[in-house]
Amino acid sequence: MTTLLRRLGISLLISLSLISVSTSVFSAPKTLVFSAIPDQNQSQLVQRFGKVADYLTKTLGVPVKYVPVNSYAAAITAFRNNQVQLAWFGGLSGVRARLLVPDSEAIAQGFEDTQFETYFIAHHSTGLKPSDNFPESIAGKSFTFGSKGSTSGRLMPEFYIREHLGKAPDEAFNLVGFSGNHSRTIALVQSGAYQVGATNYKVWEKELAAGKIDTDKVSVIWKTPTYPDYQWTVRGDVDSVWGDGFKARIKQALLDMKDPALLDAFPRSAFVSASNDDYQPILDTAKEIGLID
Amino acid sequence: MYAKTCLIFTVNKLTVSKGLRFRRSPRWKVSWLFVFVALACLPFADLSISTYDPWAELGRLFGGLLQPSLVAIEKPFEALLQTLAFAILGVSSGSLIGFGLAQLFHLRLVRIVCASVRAIHELFWALIFLQIFGLHPLTGLLALGLPYAATFAKVYAEILEEGDRRAYDTIRQSAGPTSAFFYARLPDLWQHFVTYTGYRLECGLRSSAVLGFVGLPTLGYYLSTAFLEGAYAEVWALLILFYLVIASLRYWLRPKLLPLYILIAPFIIANDSEISVDNISRFFTQDIVPLPLRNSEGLSGLWQWFTELFLTEALPGIINTLLLTQIALVLTGLIALIWFPLISRLFFERFGRLLGHLFLVIMRSTPEYILAFILLTLWGPSMLPAVIALALHNGAIIAHLMGRYSNTLSLRVDATAGMNRYAYEVVPRIYNQFLAFLFYRWEIIQRETAILGILGITTLGFYIDSAIQDIRLDRAMVLIAITAALNVCIDSLSHYIRSKLRLSIGSQQISAESRR
Repeated sequence: MTTLLRRLGISLLISLSLISVSTSVFSAPKTLVFSAIPDQNQSQLVQRFGKVADYLTKTLGVPVKYVPVNSYAAAITAFRNNQVQLAWFGGLSGVRARLLVPDSEAIAQGFEDTQFETYFIAHHSTGLKPSDNFPESIAGKSFTFGSKGSTSGRLMPEFYIREHLGKAPDEAFNLVGFSGNHSRTIALVQSGAYQVGATNYKVWEKELAAGKIDTDKVSVIWKTPTYPDYQWTVRGDVDSVWGDGFKARIKQALLDMKDPALLDAFPRSAFVSASNDDYQPILDTAKEIGLID
Repeated sequence: MYAKTCLIFTVNKLTVSKGLRFRRSPRWKVSWLFVFVALACLPFADLSISTYDPWAELGRLFGGLLQPSLVAIEKPFEALLQTLAFAILGVSSGSLIGFGLAQLFHLRLVRIVCASVRAIHELFWALIFLQIFGLHPLTGLLALGLPYAATFAKVYAEILEEGDRRAYDTIRQSAGPTSAFFYARLPDLWQHFVTYTGYRLECGLRSSAVLGFVGLPTLGYYLSTAFLEGAYAEVWALLILFYLVIASLRYWLRPKLLPLYILIAPFIIANDSEISVDNISRFFTQDIVPLPLRNSEGLSGLWQWFTELFLTEALPGIINTLLLTQIALVLTGLIALIWFPLISRLFFERFGRLLGHLFLVIMRSTPEYILAFILLTLWGPSMLPAVIALALHNGAIIAHLMGRYSNTLSLRVDATAGMNRYAYEVVPRIYNQFLAFLFYRWEIIQRETAILGILGITTLGFYIDSAIQDIRLDRAMVLIAITAALNVCIDSLSHYIRSKLRLSIGSQQISAESRR
């Protein structure tokens, strides 16, 4: 029995030291790691982004790996901790990440991201109809955002709610929820769990095309003005690790990505050049509603 | 004849006077006090049902049960192995450290540190360590190991305290404390340690799975994903996989095999992320330093920052946490009282008890998060799904313990049956244990409200999750500290009530399972 205790203790010690050894052994080749915010359905994520990793490996000539994360904050933290060097961020998460990592840079955005929109959607029982003006009658209903850290599912809708209703969301609505992601927002409004919601227009269109939305139950009632959204952000120190000009090569590889099978993972039609300044409006909005100090 | 009537008369009189005495007893008063507190909480809690059309979603949910599938999940068995590996390593390192701390548990400082570490839910530890170590396996290991070590320290210390010291005192006269301990104390108490540790491993599996919800590569990661996507066929497949592992625990979890598992586990959880000293020091010197201090706004700035945080987030969070806890606690008690006969041989035959066991195992192995999620779909967002989820999960645990305890009772051959047996024979005899179990779980229920906050119910957990999502770790740390303080308060209040009412749990075996 005491021998058992001793055996247990020894094996525990060995195993704990193994963790540190094994991790340092495995990290010998310098792999570029990228990640993406979990903004929509994540099934087969590894497979979908695995293809992107293969493409980048081939184009850049260094091993590239995709790491899945399940929250916006985890994506930002991994980027900040240098466990991820390249990331597909939303507008807000990108701004946050670049504030936390000096010298990091937005290098490319989706073609659609220059003119991104949020759709306000409502359950049919509310009787709300599509309009060009902000639907002020949503006040007092139940409302769901997407993820707490989302641009299209949180930041922009909250901004317009505050602007038009003159109140914070939890005062303007009977009930406020955070569904977690855009697909879930659509499902929750469709089931009537929430009367109104705000979702990413690309996700709405993708799910509509896939036949997942019953337009008798849920429909778009308002579209926000356009704003810049998703972008690829890279850490400033990649050149010092992988050699001069590496950042430019990553950018070029992204802009050259033309295979629809790869672009569909995002889903975007193409990538175009971007810079940190493109996202100044997002930073200003986030500061205005108090999401960034 | 006369003697018999007389006997019946005295027995009746005895029962009546005993009943009266019970009614005036402190246990009776405390029970009602808690019921009244919960009733008083009701008007302030949002318990509305707001869904318009839950049936389509529910149909899909239970449709998934008919055809569970793992096909769409990329690496289900790897996730299962990760869950097992984190649980085994986390719990065994926690147990070893806890064993060491138990020897120092007479020191006030050790007790205070352990109580505060225990008061923070594993999920929050994971969120903190994610900031420091990122995706490195150490995050999961510490998130499990730390709170488990603190709990082990407390329970091991209790086991040591309750053990017989005579052999130790005798040997101690001619031997050093270490050998005396290993030869005279440990052999005597070994079985208690093993029982409790084995039980904790089951809890560890559940915790390890749940840590996936915040990003560790365990089952919870895929569960949360599948849930968010409405991929219910995968949800059920993962849950069934998890139930099978828990149910088969006794076949593969042998003390002799444990060293082998411990040696294999590190290879499973290892990944290629590195620990960076810069990140660690940044966490302590920048991230958790309150913003006004970082901007050198001085103490007045700090005070303003704190009061704003306290009034807008901490206070509503505390109120909702307490409302939820008190209502859920009383409902837990009610459910336990109703369910425990299901597995008691005083009420059901073998076959009935088997079904009862199955039912209770499923209810208590299903993480509250999942119960709450299902109910949230059914009733829409309010506190109601959280209350019911907590009460079902914890009620099943207490019902299990009470049922087991009731099996140790021996009734008279001519004892009444049915409701009379329940109300007059059994419940009064186990009421003491029932209250003890319930008060033990009081603090646990409150700690568990945290995870429901991540689901969107505005307890303190909700505001902590929001602060983490906003990468405002200074706020998150203050809120976590407030949560911990609240849990420590409830823990000591529960301790006070238990000692005041002289509530004890009874047999060692059951007492091991009731402490978590």
